[in-house]
Amino acid sequence: MHETEDEWTSLMRLAISGDSAAYRRLLKAVTPVLRAGARRGLARAGQPIDQSEDVVQDILLAVHLKRHTWDAGAPFAPWLFAIARNKLIDSLRRRGRRVFVNIDDFADSIADEPVAETASATEIAAQLQTLPPRQRDVLQSIAVESASIKDTAAKFAMSEGAVRVALHRALTSLTAKLREQ
Amino acid sequence: METEQLIRSLAADGTHRARPVGYVLGLALLAAAPVSLAMFLSGLGVRPDVMAAMHNPFFDLKFVVTLALAVTAIVVSLHLSRPEVSLKGWWWLLLIPVGILAAGIASEMMMPQRLPMIVRLIGSNSRICLTAIPLMSLPLLAGALLALRHGATTRPAAAGAIAGLLSAGLAATLYASHCTDDSPLFVATWYPIAIALVAAVGALVGSKVLRF
Repeated sequence: MHETEDEWTSLMRLAISGDSAAYRRLLKAVTPVLRAGARRGLARAGQPIDQSEDVVQDILLAVHLKRHTWDAGAPFAPWLFAIARNKLIDSLRRRGRRVFVNIDDFADSIADEPVAETASATEIAAQLQTLPPRQRDVLQSIAVESASIKDTAAKFAMSEGAVRVALHRALTSLTAKLREQ
Repeated sequence: METEQLIRSLAADGTHRARPVGYVLGLALLAAAPVSLAMFLSGLGVRPDVMAAMHNPFFDLKFVVTLALAVTAIVVSLHLSRPEVSLKGWWWLLLIPVGILAAGIASEMMMPQRLPMIVRLIGSNSRICLTAIPLMSLPLLAGALLALRHGATTRPAAAGAIAGLLSAGLAATLYASHCTDDSPLFVATWYPIAIALVAAVGALVGSKVLRF
């Protein structure tokens, strides 16, 4: 368990220094743990666990947009679980539940068997349609069609810089929209 | 969208660098300070005998206290902008200005005074003190809260209250140069009421806007 956490911390250090392969590996590695924690938390709150994927995606977006608040000298797991807990509480509150979230829901899940994505998330997909067309096109090209930044730039006759800006804006406004809904 | 697809897009955006919260907070305070300063200069202004007052250690002490409050509150609010931390081991920093003020009161007690204690405590500017400090801290509080949204606090009300302390500390620094009541007893009575008011507003607004 500690090995896992140490590995996360080193991956996150690499990610912060610009290694996007390490970043992707890290996000993939934490996702099953977040999923198990989200299920546990939803079940405890008496909520259907098929919403867990929405919670997972919500957490991943927050991890991404708040990663500058992680102190590279500190272990990554406590930071991650604090973000996860906050997002779980937030999403339960949005569904009108005022509940107690066990602080160990996420930390305990490290030891769990990884669970696969079962029900798919619907919230981001719905909010995607409300984004400005350019942001939506860029995000879809990169996420769904798995095109690179470069290919996306060529496809839409944009500069790579403009694609990066549009992608980042798309992710920030998705997060804002998820909060407002 | 599948989670795998989301992760792909997050990784593609991985090169985007966000500014540290401290940097953003610094910019926000620099942007808000001229507004508070303009309010101060147009409404109050520095007291006319300021050159002479600077020779009075109790006049100078007011700035030490208010700046100590602002600086410690900035340190604590940057700490609280990280999600995994608690106030444990940090809240006592906020006692530093209280300690300085207590030492000021003690040393004033040991000196011969022209005016009785209660007169020094009540002073003649309490009403201005109670209105000017909260009003001048509002632009700074707005700036601080906006900047702290860039952080990721999991204690939004506490973080908001501390943003209130830091903006009130800065506003009180301006106010101190106007006020002719230099007794630490006056400072210990009226400033905290004004500052607590701002902290309460900060906690209230913070609990809404600092959630993420």
